Amino acid sequence: MKPNADYREILQHTPFHEKLAPLSQVQSWSPWNGYQVARTYDTLAAEYFAVRSSCSVFDMTPMEKYRIKGPDAIAFLNRMVTRDVSNLKPGRVTYVVWCNDEGKTLDDGTIFHLGKDGYRLCAAHHQLDWLMTSSIGFDVSIEKETHDVAALSVQGPTSCSVLLEAGFAGLEELKPFGIMNFTVQGVDVMVSRTGFTGDLGYEVWMDPDHAITIFDAIYDVKERGLYDIKPIGLDALEMVRIEAGFILPGDDFVTAETAVRNGRERSPFELGLGWAVSFDKPYFTGRRALEKEADEPIKRRLVKLAIEGNKTPHDSFLYDGKNGKRIGTIKVTIWSPILKQNLAVADIEYQNGKEPAEIWAEIYYQKELEWKSIWAKCEISEKPFWSPPRRSKTPPDRF
Amino acid sequence: MKNYDAIVIGAGHNGLTNAAFLAKAGLDVLVLEKNDYIGGATVSRELQEGWKYSNCSYVCSLFRPEIYQALDLGRHGLEVVPLQGGVTFKQDGDYYGNYHQSALKYREIARHSKRDADAAVRFDADLMKWCRLIRGFLLRTPPDPTSFKIRDAMEFASLLKAFYELSESQIYEFIRFFTMSIAEYLEEYFESEVIKAHFSGGSIIGTGLGVYSPGTAYVLLHHAMGDVDGNVGSWGFARGGMGSVSGAIASSFKSHGGEIRSGAEVEQINVSGRKATGVTLANGEVINAKAVVSNLDAKRTFLKIMDKKDLPDELVTRAENFKIRGSSGKLNIALDGMPDFPALGENSPLTLGHMHFSDTLERLERAYDDWKDDRWSADPYVDIVIPTQYEPTMAPPGKHMMSVFVQYCPVEAEGGWTEEKKQAFGQTVINQIADYSPNFKDLLVHAEIRTPKEIEAEVGLTEGNIFQGELTLDQLMFNRPFPGYAQYRGPVKNMYMCSSSNHPGGGVMGAPGANAAREILMDFGKTDTTPEDFGDD
Amino acid sequence: MTKNILIIGGGHNGLVCGAYLAKAGNKVTILEANDSVGGFLASHQFSDGYSVNGLAGVVHPLNPKIAKDLGIKAGGEPVDTISLGKDGRHLILGEDGVSGDKLSDKDKDAYRAFKKEFRNYAKALEPLTMNKPPRLKDMDTRDKFTLAKLGWKLRFGLGASSMREFLRVGGINIYDVLNEIIDDEQLKGAISFDAVLGHQMGPRTPTTVLTYLNRLRGETYGATSLAGANSAFEEAAAKAGVTIKTGAAVSKIVVENGKATGVVLEGGEEMNADIVVSNADAKTTFLDLVGAPELDAMFAKRISTTRTNGNVAKLHFALSALPNFNGLDADQLSNRLIVAPDMRYVEHAFNHSKYGEFSEKPILEITFPSLADISLAPEGHHVMAVSASFAPYNLKAGWDQNKSAFSHKVLSLIEDYAPGVSASVVADEILTPADIEQGFNVKGGHWHHGELTIDQSFMMRPIHGTAQYNTPIDGLFLCGAAAHPGGGVTGIPGHNAAERILSMKGGAS
Repeated sequence: MKPNADYREILQHTPFHEKLAPLSQVQSWSPWNGYQVARTYDTLAAEYFAVRSSCSVFDMTPMEKYRIKGPDAIAFLNRMVTRDVSNLKPGRVTYVVWCNDEGKTLDDGTIFHLGKDGYRLCAAHHQLDWLMTSSIGFDVSIEKETHDVAALSVQGPTSCSVLLEAGFAGLEELKPFGIMNFTVQGVDVMVSRTGFTGDLGYEVWMDPDHAITIFDAIYDVKERGLYDIKPIGLDALEMVRIEAGFILPGDDFVTAETAVRNGRERSPFELGLGWAVSFDKPYFTGRRALEKEADEPIKRRLVKLAIEGNKTPHDSFLYDGKNGKRIGTIKVTIWSPILKQNLAVADIEYQNGKEPAEIWAEIYYQKELEWKSIWAKCEISEKPFWSPPRRSKTPPDRF
Repeated sequence: MKNYDAIVIGAGHNGLTNAAFLAKAGLDVLVLEKNDYIGGATVSRELQEGWKYSNCSYVCSLFRPEIYQALDLGRHGLEVVPLQGGVTFKQDGDYYGNYHQSALKYREIARHSKRDADAAVRFDADLMKWCRLIRGFLLRTPPDPTSFKIRDAMEFASLLKAFYELSESQIYEFIRFFTMSIAEYLEEYFESEVIKAHFSGGSIIGTGLGVYSPGTAYVLLHHAMGDVDGNVGSWGFARGGMGSVSGAIASSFKSHGGEIRSGAEVEQINVSGRKATGVTLANGEVINAKAVVSNLDAKRTFLKIMDKKDLPDELVTRAENFKIRGSSGKLNIALDGMPDFPALGENSPLTLGHMHFSDTLERLERAYDDWKDDRWSADPYVDIVIPTQYEPTMAPPGKHMMSVFVQYCPVEAEGGWTEEKKQAFGQTVINQIADYSPNFKDLLVHAEIRTPKEIEAEVGLTEGNIFQGELTLDQLMFNRPFPGYAQYRGPVKNMYMCSSSNHPGGGVMGAPGANAAREILMDFGKTDTTPEDFGDD
Repeated sequence: MTKNILIIGGGHNGLVCGAYLAKAGNKVTILEANDSVGGFLASHQFSDGYSVNGLAGVVHPLNPKIAKDLGIKAGGEPVDTISLGKDGRHLILGEDGVSGDKLSDKDKDAYRAFKKEFRNYAKALEPLTMNKPPRLKDMDTRDKFTLAKLGWKLRFGLGASSMREFLRVGGINIYDVLNEIIDDEQLKGAISFDAVLGHQMGPRTPTTVLTYLNRLRGETYGATSLAGANSAFEEAAAKAGVTIKTGAAVSKIVVENGKATGVVLEGGEEMNADIVVSNADAKTTFLDLVGAPELDAMFAKRISTTRTNGNVAKLHFALSALPNFNGLDADQLSNRLIVAPDMRYVEHAFNHSKYGEFSEKPILEITFPSLADISLAPEGHHVMAVSASFAPYNLKAGWDQNKSAFSHKVLSLIEDYAPGVSASVVADEILTPADIEQGFNVKGGHWHHGELTIDQSFMMRPIHGTAQYNTPIDGLFLCGAAAHPGGGVTGIPGHNAAERILSMKGGAS
């Protein structure tokens, strides 16, 4: 019998909390997967620019993590996800998306090939039930390790320099989507060159019991006055992930498992993730449905939109022309400080499989409590809004 | 002598709801109640000085917010305070705490099974799908599938349309949900025994079915589709006890000019020339009305207060065969203080919600087996609430009122109920509670023990069935109460039915009362005062 | 175009399906794991000199259309059902009437009316029975036609009042229905027996009305016809040009790019085919032969959670003499004898099975196959075949240690009705659902390859997504009891599957 859940602590603290809580200057917290995490520590602007111009740390411990082992591990993963991962090499990471039987997206995430230790799947939402369901007929073991692995995301142009100073010698050779193992201050720690920011950055994985040691090793670089390091919260992350073109299941679209109303689910094609669907591989869940869908004109797409002007299109309806036919809605939007533009993720209907010739947003905004509305033209961006060369340059520039 | 527009027989919440909507439309309405107090099964009674018991229905969730709003019940004194969470105690000293905070609930399920915690996401979403579908039909009159009338055809079409908004696989999944047993349904989601036991309780409350009986998955909806202020699945206490619900509806009814006579038992519905003309009271008084509405269950309505010669033979058979199957008992307990539940530790919020002691499906099913053989369950399923922890009006300060709903209890204990058997039944329940609360017996001030027999005698629910008729496929929608009579109109002209024996069935919902009012007003050519469903899209 | 078709499993549905497909001009091979075809109908020697004609005790409703199409003569005469009473008071239930001591005229009339009404319901459901179950969305013309015919038969075949009554009782239990119309407890027990035998249900379990309707699709034939039935099925298949290969256990269905291309036998031999038809149960077909990796994950899970645990044990007794049943003449023993004295008894028998226990007092179906076929036992000796329920597949205490306890229980129960029977037992055998699983390659050893609850019936049998005989794998079909409308020696799944294969685009000729 495990100790009972403590009702006095509805949200749990991550292993980094004792270090991060004192750094919070505004005490603005949010729940994330049962943990208390910061929305902001300081100001949004400062945190945003830490990612884009220096070095940020983000506590990503609450991210759902699963360990898959056994003789059929890769066959099992390949049957679950839409992408062909059969050639994933040890020490490599890949982005994947997976669907239910009807070809509707359940979640997205990343698979880490940990060599003899099997595979780690990171996911946005609770997936253990789906993993177990998918495991029928496979010789695999699946364990949820969300709470057994602490993770810190270190992102920004100086992130490599910071980590090198912190004792991660040789990190500069790590290529995007690669994994390296280190011993820092006597602690075994794994680093992957991955992230949710679209910038140069790393994710650092460790045993929660030694999380503080590693955190201190990294933060010491700041204490020593070499580079600035800023903790960032969920709000800044939201800005940089939209700039980088990452989608967030549950926020940008309703996942198939949680959808209540019919027609709310989305296929990978409808999410613009067709590139992550391969029919040149063995059977995977949803394949029959997706093959059928691929033969038909696409009905709707989740798109990246840049919106002219400076009025933020919160919750705006979208039309195929000024005062035209309503074709969709904005799901999330931010003002990009680096691009000086409003960016959004929007869900848009396609007539006869065609992208609308024009997209206009009707924006309601207020200045000193007076409400006005204007029309703003929107442009679809097929590429990430922001993807600097330093994101993938190896070795990264030293500072 | 005064000739009313309508007489409503029985001042339960559906009778009062029905009367209020009729009065609101300008009809001259009289409600007749056999007891000296109103409310039927929605009452608060002081049976021990200083304590108020919601001695029949005890929590509120299904009551349609549309009716609440349309009858302005808030201003007529109704307050529904949400109740928080629940707990199922395990025999090994552990428990499952159904916390209402999602993060805590997730962690607590995961404590019993990590997989189940994740599966709960799928379960909640699926249940919500079926809730939405059914909720849309609560405030509607069921169509007759054999009829060729335009209204029936259109209503049937709208039913099919709602159904067809589901994807193909969801259609099949819905049919499966509708026809499966709760145990087997839950087994498709969960592996932990206590989780399954906890979530299956709502499926047997009030029914003569076990957790392994096909059809019980659907009954879960009758305990899961209600909401308090949009929190679907939550329950609430009516401040002042359930009598506040009927009290507020009665007040609303009176504000529209309605008249209530209590202590006025109806002996018979008078019929002349195949038309209802009024009623005769037990004291011989005859009261005439243009319409007579019965809020009694289908058996009582047709077999007790109507003359067989006024009814088609087929209908008498149908009424005789109507499945009532009383299966529930109740203990209302006055306590000298708050009982300890050591398994929970001190100050646990879990006592604020529903408490249960059945931690396996097998125990639940065995409780049902006892009832099938006309015995009360030796190891019953109980649903306990102690509203006085935050409801100040029902017990003296520092004292508590405990409501214990008991499943199963037979209508006739083998050989018939006696006082000794009734006490033994009560003792079975008290002993079960005491197994988990060592100081419980010391705190007992008074206990009212109610078997189906007492509930029937006092409230007039045949066999004490809380739904006024089983919620099985043969008695739902257009089959409720009988095929061909599901549109609230009786077998003679000007006679109507508004009780929970009619669609959509029991629970303190008010929907049968409102739906019947809509049909009556239509026949009277009056403006419809009943509300439409708020909708959920 | 002539297609090369492999059918896995030579039970009667495989034979029927094969016969239809071969008659249409296809090259059909049936692969049977055992040494002879027939599945539950295959004859079987359980002790030196003593045999039975098959696992099935009686043949229930052999479909007349199929019998006619394939020229199958079941042979034998319909038998009556005799409900045994301990005091020697027996009820004889015939096709339409019932007789017995002290049975009131009211009950006799009620029984007749009940049978007539229920037979009408069964008839109204016929469009659903003899066709592929219609899909409820994206229907094809055939589906619409089936539903229209069903609607018509319900509304105009039955009439408004019967239709309403059918909609009322269709989903409920036989217990309530019988209590509404019949007084005699033994009569109600006997009827409820037919509603529950072979199912994980008691008389009070909702849906027992439907399982009873299943029994009303045809007449009840005795053991006489069993042997005949089996060879008749085999002959019909052979006559149609089907090749039958026995001792050919299939270990794998080969799937390439989402299409079935053949099978691999246990010996390693590969056989190619244009179409593969499986008469095996759904779990065997999808999880063992195809394998979950070729399927969608939730589909595989739903297959794995179908309820397929059997609960009927088959007992065979070699007797040195024909037993004497209280109040029965020897010539009445060629009928079907049942022990189900009242509904409460049946319900109690069922109660145990819910908790993984066998019935304290089981319900029994007893036949004497050797009365019709003297070759089954040495001269003067007899064979008694008993189906006993409830004997759950997953016996909590384990079958290995408890087989003989159950066997003794059954025999001593029969002893109550036929004193002295135990003394004449020369040899015996008990086949629990676990043994049936082993011997007949049927998961759970379930008579119907899966419970016939509503959620596992019609367009949800075995599960939705593969309820129209075709499967998610192109070129792979189901033709057995796992498919609509389920088990019993009806041949209907085999017939419907063949129709489906022949009518599908890219199907067979």
